Amino acid sequence: MKLFDTKGYSVIQQWLTSKGNQPFTFQEETWQQIIDGYSGLVNAPTGCGKTFSVFLGSLINFINHHPKDYKTKNKNARPDDTVGRGLQLLWITPLRALAKDIGRAMEEVIEELGMNWKIGIRNGDTDISERQKQKRQMPEVLIITPESLHLLLAQKHYPEFFKSLKIIAVDEWHELLGSKRGVQVELAISRLVAMSYEPLAASQNSQLCIWGISATIGNLEQAKEVLLSPLHLWRGAGGEGIITAEIKKKTEIESIFPDEIEKYPWAGHLGIKLVDKVIPIIEQSKTTLIFINTRGMSERWYQEILTANPDLAGVIALHHGSIERDLRMWVEENLHTGKMKAVVCTASLDLGVDFRPVETVIQVGSPKGVARFLQRAGRSGHQPDATSKIYFLPTHSLELIEAAALKEAIKQNLIESRQPRILCFDVLIQYLSTLAISDGFYPDEIFKEIRSTYCYREITENEWQQILHFITAGGVALQQYDDFKKIEIIDGLYKINNRHVAMRHRMHIGTIVSDPMMKVKFISGGYIGVIEEWFISRLQAGDVFTLAGRNLEFVMIKDMTVLVRKSNSKKSMVPSWQGGRVPLSSNLGFMLRQKFEEAAELIQNEKLKIKKDIELQVLKPLFELQDYLSHIPKKNELLIEHIETKDGYHLFVFPFEGRLVHEAMAAVLAYRISKITPITFSFAMNDYGFELLSDQPIPVDDTNVYELFSPENLFSDIHKSMNSTEMARRKFRDIATIGGLIFQGYPGEQKKARHLQASASLLFNVFAEYDPNNLLLKQAYNEVMEQQMEEERLRKMLERIQKNKIIITFPKQLTPFCFPIKVDSMREDLSSEKLEDRVKRMQMQLEK
Amino acid sequence: MSSPYKFILHHQTLWLSPERCIFWEEEKALILSDLHLGKTGHFRKAGIGVPQNIFKEDLQRLFAQIQFFKPTQLLIVGDLFHSYANKEMEMFLKWRNDLPCLQMRLIRGNHDILSKKFYKEANIETATGQLSVKNFCFIHDINLMCDEEDSKNMFTFSGHIHPGVVMNGIGKQSLRFPCFYFTKNYAVLPAFSHFTGLYKINPKKNDKVFALIENAVVKIQ
Repeated sequence: MKLFDTKGYSVIQQWLTSKGNQPFTFQEETWQQIIDGYSGLVNAPTGCGKTFSVFLGSLINFINHHPKDYKTKNKNARPDDTVGRGLQLLWITPLRALAKDIGRAMEEVIEELGMNWKIGIRNGDTDISERQKQKRQMPEVLIITPESLHLLLAQKHYPEFFKSLKIIAVDEWHELLGSKRGVQVELAISRLVAMSYEPLAASQNSQLCIWGISATIGNLEQAKEVLLSPLHLWRGAGGEGIITAEIKKKTEIESIFPDEIEKYPWAGHLGIKLVDKVIPIIEQSKTTLIFINTRGMSERWYQEILTANPDLAGVIALHHGSIERDLRMWVEENLHTGKMKAVVCTASLDLGVDFRPVETVIQVGSPKGVARFLQRAGRSGHQPDATSKIYFLPTHSLELIEAAALKEAIKQNLIESRQPRILCFDVLIQYLSTLAISDGFYPDEIFKEIRSTYCYREITENEWQQILHFITAGGVALQQYDDFKKIEIIDGLYKINNRHVAMRHRMHIGTIVSDPMMKVKFISGGYIGVIEEWFISRLQAGDVFTLAGRNLEFVMIKDMTVLVRKSNSKKSMVPSWQGGRVPLSSNLGFMLRQKFEEAAELIQNEKLKIKKDIELQVLKPLFELQDYLSHIPKKNELLIEHIETKDGYHLFVFPFEGRLVHEAMAAVLAYRISKITPITFSFAMNDYGFELLSDQPIPVDDTNVYELFSPENLFSDIHKSMNSTEMARRKFRDIATIGGLIFQGYPGEQKKARHLQASASLLFNVFAEYDPNNLLLKQAYNEVMEQQMEEERLRKMLERIQKNKIIITFPKQLTPFCFPIKVDSMREDLSSEKLEDRVKRMQMQLEK
Repeated sequence: MSSPYKFILHHQTLWLSPERCIFWEEEKALILSDLHLGKTGHFRKAGIGVPQNIFKEDLQRLFAQIQFFKPTQLLIVGDLFHSYANKEMEMFLKWRNDLPCLQMRLIRGNHDILSKKFYKEANIETATGQLSVKNFCFIHDINLMCDEEDSKNMFTFSGHIHPGVVMNGIGKQSLRFPCFYFTKNYAVLPAFSHFTGLYKINPKKNDKVFALIENAVVKIQ
């Protein structure tokens, strides 16, 4: 069918023209694919009509099928007559906050077209009466989160809801892809697709299409495959394309330079010294977003900006994940209306709706990856042909080179990949229980569907049987003395009949497991936010801490709530929230190595000066010192520095592969060296390299260095050198929660629930001792290898090093490269203030 | 099992067993705490598939301790059972029937919510609050000791908190072990069951701590 000849197209085209708009080419391509019944992936940045590509396509398709009566309600239809009405489009989005705005935009279109579609939203915020209404009459469009979609699958007779469904759209698929929420989407799709092929439904919607919408990532082709994989079970692969919006958004990147690079700290994470450079940027721009990497530091920055310019009080706000939701919503609302001059934020504002007034973005410290940097830059300049403007503020001098690397990476379109998750047994167990509390399932059918997903395509028959055994019989048991009750088998149908079990499960659907948090509230009333339990446990009454930009005095804990009062104290503790230290991406690491090569060229050849990045030129004094003391590694070189200080013998290695890989590599290297000679080490690492410190000389030289960095026996050396059990124990917490082993309790039945409490750590011990082959336990170890150690990346690094030239130098003193690592390693015993002093002093010694 | 640790207290001979109980030689009594029998069953009934072998092994370990020390009575300072009755109790009753001559005395803990009838059928004497045997006193939770005088005159054995001691090594390593905890006036027993967590104690200078490390009793301080 030719798009341009269809009724639907002309209706939409007319509407667009009446608004003075024209469809983009990528939108038309998508529409053509949709009316031809194909599935696919739309690759488009935010704010350029990606929503309309699939949504309008769905409308066109509908109008084409109902050219005469697309505007009317289907009042006369018999209850079982689904022609043209009922759920048409299921819109899956990762963020609740997005749902409202997308819904509003869709409603506007529907109204202007004079159609009668209802747009429904379903997520944790949807009230019960609205849900009931949806149950009786599904809206034509349902905007939903992955969790709520699974909750729908947990309803009795759920196939009814979806019987007229034509299109599943998955928005921000790149965000979901690398997470267990993505796996939830895969599983739900496998079910929905299979349902559309069930005999009863076949005549109605065997044309079910799936459309992903994704920003640019390195593995778009794989992203498409993961999303559409369940379709191939039924209709074979092929015909699915990636439609790319050829809209190049211009991004302008500017570094903020300290006045004298020689005086700027060589190490640090805060960058507060440059606050005076930030103030004019805020003043000149309509609205500025200032991205800080951690919540703790964002509190500091907020305070410092206010101190530097008190006039900003009232028009500057703080936004991070631990601030009370109402307050965050208030900030977002004011961002929309342009009342905010600046907002200091964390990754909490990475995603979500566009704030049109935002003109400028400042990134403080390394963004760790190209994709994230681009995403943040994209928060500014929302008009279709406006330029995104982002400033990069280094927290220590060497970090400036990242700005140069980022620019180059963006020019070359070197965007990171998101690795899809594989064989998440915890999510599978949860999903099977979900199906079991609604209509039940037959294992053979569901196994086929599960195997059609990307996540579980390699699940073995044996693993499947183990999972079934686990959910029906609870693993190993003392038969006659057991009353395990979860999923029962009745005539081959797997079902949960126990009301309590069902209710508990329904409350635990989801894959986001957060740390135990406590609410913080004024004694006089009013919530401020949440804070991690372990931080509060260290506080005494009278201690002052900072949250949401306010100084608060800790009074007491009551009913699991932290009660505080306002404090005027000058000194306060800034809570550090755990987690979320993202390592440098390998793409950015690659670019860094290239930029260092250019830096080496720069100092060797004065004439090249004009061609090189401004950041490299500014950093020239630093590079000259590095070159004088040691060496600047080229991109096919690995630099190792042997340095002796009064602390002992240091070995610094600079692979530029990110903190996690360095952590694992440091342990492996230490283990391998300790096999040569008895020796003990302590380690330190950052995103650029790592350090081994010992009280005796470290026997690494050009005779054994290639062997020490060999990829051979890597797996077993990792196990011998690192405490993988402890790491697995930490991973197990999430897995056990998702897999339904940890019961978090529910309101009204607290007493009974107390007897069901066991910590993840205890369960880990119990399984490790009494059921070591448990699949969830194995998953914990696998996740440690894949995510924690990034074993794959470590292996690739070692293979690269084998082909590289290893340069070993013996500097007489600490070099600009190793300095940040050395300083980081002192961090444990020292408060941040003292650290600054110490850094200054050490730096002075260096420059003498 | 490695050998128990001999410990003289108020002229009485106590044997601290690495299997988390104390044999009081003069009274031929085995002192135990926090067995939480039926806990695995309680979890499993709710659809949480913890391995039931923990329960079986807990019972087997108890049986082995009885064979080894040959006590005439068990003094249980609370939380013998975890929650309401479930099928695991049937196995316990069967186990109990094999030891008809053994006297079982339970000072009820917060988890012991079964009916009086059950204890009667199981031939278990129960006491609420505290119980005195010679010059020792027994209570579930030491913090609920009501009589100040008593606590001064009599040495008290308790349970409830599942005491654990944390030992720190180089390089931020730390390990936790269950332990016996003795102060001047009272002792806290480790939880007998393996399906229990640990609560970190902060021993004072003159307190004594015996950690249970890989089936041995090790005096820490």
